[in-house]
Amino acid sequence: MSAFNAIDTDREIEQEEFTPEIEPQATWCPGCGDFGVLKALKGAATELGLDPEEILLVTGIGCSGKLSSYFESYGFHSIHGRSLPVARAAKLANPELTVLAAGGDGDGYGIGGNHFMHTARENHDMTYIVFNNEIFGLTKGQTSPTSPKGHKSKTQPQGSAKDPLRPLSMSLSAGASYVARTAAVNPNQAKEILVEAIQHDGFSHVDFLTQCPTWNKDAKQYVPYIDIQQNDEYDFDVTERREAAEAMYETESALWEGKVLTGRYYQEDGRRTYHEEKMQQDSMPESPIAEQYFDDDHEWKRSYDLLDAHR
Amino acid sequence: MTENELIWRIAGGSGDGIDSTSQNFTKALMRAGLHVFTHRHYPSRIRGGHTYVEVRARGEPVQSRGDGYNFLLSLGDSFARNPQDDAYYGTEEVKPLTENLEDLNEGGIVVYDSGLLDEEDLPEDFDERAEANDWHVYPLDLRSIAKEHGREVMRNTAGVGATAALLDIDLRYFKELMAESMPEDVYETNVDVLEDAHGRVAEMDHDHDVSVPTGDHETEQVLLSASNAITYGALDEGCRFIAGYPMTPWTEVFTLMSQHLPEFGGVAEQVEDEIAAASLALGASHAGVKSMSGSSGGGFALMSEPLGLAEITETPVVLVEAARAGPSTGMPTKPEQGDLEHVLYTSQGDSNRVVFAPGNVAEAYEQTRKAFELAYDYHIPAIVMYDQKLSGELRNVDTDFFDREPNPDPGATLTEDELSEAAHHASGKFQRYQHDTPAGASPRSIPGQRGGRFLASGNEHTPEGHISEDPDNRVAQMNRRMEKLDSIEQDLAENASHQSRRGDEDATYGIMTFGSQQGTVEEAAEEIEAFLESVDECLVVEMNASAQFKGLVQRELGRFGPRMSSLLKYNGNPFEPAEIVEGFEATINGTEFERPTARFQPAAGD
Repeated sequence: MSAFNAIDTDREIEQEEFTPEIEPQATWCPGCGDFGVLKALKGAATELGLDPEEILLVTGIGCSGKLSSYFESYGFHSIHGRSLPVARAAKLANPELTVLAAGGDGDGYGIGGNHFMHTARENHDMTYIVFNNEIFGLTKGQTSPTSPKGHKSKTQPQGSAKDPLRPLSMSLSAGASYVARTAAVNPNQAKEILVEAIQHDGFSHVDFLTQCPTWNKDAKQYVPYIDIQQNDEYDFDVTERREAAEAMYETESALWEGKVLTGRYYQEDGRRTYHEEKMQQDSMPESPIAEQYFDDDHEWKRSYDLLDAHR
Repeated sequence: MTENELIWRIAGGSGDGIDSTSQNFTKALMRAGLHVFTHRHYPSRIRGGHTYVEVRARGEPVQSRGDGYNFLLSLGDSFARNPQDDAYYGTEEVKPLTENLEDLNEGGIVVYDSGLLDEEDLPEDFDERAEANDWHVYPLDLRSIAKEHGREVMRNTAGVGATAALLDIDLRYFKELMAESMPEDVYETNVDVLEDAHGRVAEMDHDHDVSVPTGDHETEQVLLSASNAITYGALDEGCRFIAGYPMTPWTEVFTLMSQHLPEFGGVAEQVEDEIAAASLALGASHAGVKSMSGSSGGGFALMSEPLGLAEITETPVVLVEAARAGPSTGMPTKPEQGDLEHVLYTSQGDSNRVVFAPGNVAEAYEQTRKAFELAYDYHIPAIVMYDQKLSGELRNVDTDFFDREPNPDPGATLTEDELSEAAHHASGKFQRYQHDTPAGASPRSIPGQRGGRFLASGNEHTPEGHISEDPDNRVAQMNRRMEKLDSIEQDLAENASHQSRRGDEDATYGIMTFGSQQGTVEEAAEEIEAFLESVDECLVVEMNASAQFKGLVQRELGRFGPRMSSLLKYNGNPFEPAEIVEGFEATINGTEFERPTARFQPAAGD
């Protein structure tokens, strides 16, 4: 018998179960794109019939990091840039959990960039939502890794001399097996994409454009947007890596020109997730390690049986 | 000394198999009934560079490497570079001989491989020094003996054969060990080399006084390092997850855990950096698996951030800090205890952790187990600090010592049944961080459990984990977290303190040390005993330049500054007992401490 009975429960889930009564109202600024992420996530979790207690949501630091305060589930509000290493280890400890990680563009593409690359490469079965507002919001408007070249801020008074990084292309080359971009202003698409991302077996990365009306006033509100799956001009096969790479490149460049392209960019099916890979090579047990501690019949090996090498 | 102990040093190039040869030699002596202790010296280089291992054997338990040594087997450095004058690393070919002469005791034996070293390569004053110190020199063409039967690398075996002949050790133990580790054809060739070298040397004149002591073990013995012991302590305490990034000397524990965890039903992860490594350990522990990580100085610095997160989220975790000489990259393969303050205080806010510094193999096992127990009972990070001295030291321990039950208990963790009875917010959120709990630790739930949802946050938080800057809540949470240290202190006082005190209850003089220097100090204390007079003095012995351990004692006790002198060593090599004896004499007599290898710092005020 499992010690974790919230997992795979068979009951009707209401969307309001994902609203914490302790903190039902988010403290984001009026008009902030982050509300869109929260709503889309609640909608997706409800549609998937997930129990709040079978989800672990690990967040970083920043406005986006507060997602775990406003979404009712097991939550871990970690440190700046480190949500992914916390999240992926939790998944290895108990692969039956639904593991989500979230943070901002500074969190995921800047300070946590190394973890992003490696978590994508390893293809952990989890979903990573990046709130991309092309700015540092919580620290009041500094230039971020995705801010356009020339972007002026208090810390870049002459304007950023750096080209913004390309999050979708980076994700693809790092090894993510599902890559999409959506926008807070497009709630239906956002929810659908999150449903797909959570269902996807492997590392799914959603670059979520979240307008910042307070600190990024000169940035576009990400309207109008184009859904590339709904537009004949952008006909490509999301399962073809080369075609995906080209579409991503075009999408990233277009955003700097003020044109907002969103949709699914890459989906690789049939690739083993990281824990499946480890199980395949016998370097991880088939049943969740976390269960062992609650299982009275589990046989615990001891070091005494390893002493032959020392005699 | 020569009647009751052997200190055998095997020297060669890094990569010449010195380590494995010395290990078998040590095991052979252990099987022959002796107590053994090894000291490993190696450079931070990939191939080549002078390396040695010292093996000390006595009929009685051995606590340290001893003073000097009495048998040198110099095998030559087969990777020697830069033979020309003024080369950066000097004349490497002769280093396995010349670099070792300084410490060789009077009356000692030198066996060197004349197949690698010609007589004209020897230092000019070699014969003179040998005569002055009554050294007994045996040039042997070990390389040719090896090549005659097998391959050149077997010259190590030839060296062991020659040693056995000079010291009259039964070859049976070596043959047994080779048979256990080698394929049959390799074994047979090695036996030929061993016997041939033995036979040739047995025929020579033996006019030296070095001998192997005799001994007898009452129970079966095993040979381990502290790295083995930390690994076994962790496994026996139910640790099933490790994440790490390679760094000397931490790599040893990381490697051993990575090799054993799959067969123990756990997972080992090598990850992108040490911030990730510690964060993964937190993630796995949060999700219900007893977890650990660790590193050495530089990597441990990266762990400061997740360490603070573990303290405030009260996520249990055990970290190993395998110290080396710093700062920065420092001397990667050399021991030092300069990371003490780093380990005690690094990270944000008030430090809230337990640090263990085991002094030998047995303590490394016990204290690692205790570290896990405290971490999971009190939801606090526990750190096991050790260094290259302990990781490179092999010692014999009773096999029975390890014959005990594993403890997979997850500590203060609730089951779903218990959760249904536990305190919740009206909204159904579990109160993971209650203000008042008897021992300081508020029991936790694990993600996936019905009725256990809560938020863990690096921000100060309410009982449910939601962010709060309310002053009363802040003080209540801080107080509860800090109270854990009092509970742990009481726990340790009532059960095992893990402090060792040796000697007379009413002693007037004291020597205080921590971690890896313990055995050496103990041995020195035995020699000092006869020397005491009535003055209240204490010598604090530690391997760093700024007297950190003495500072810690003064800080915590608020007095005794005028009574504590310091003996500080930071040249990359561990203490020898004689240095401590001299430091002690300086404390008592006010004599000058004249050794260049360490620094004496007289007592001052508080």
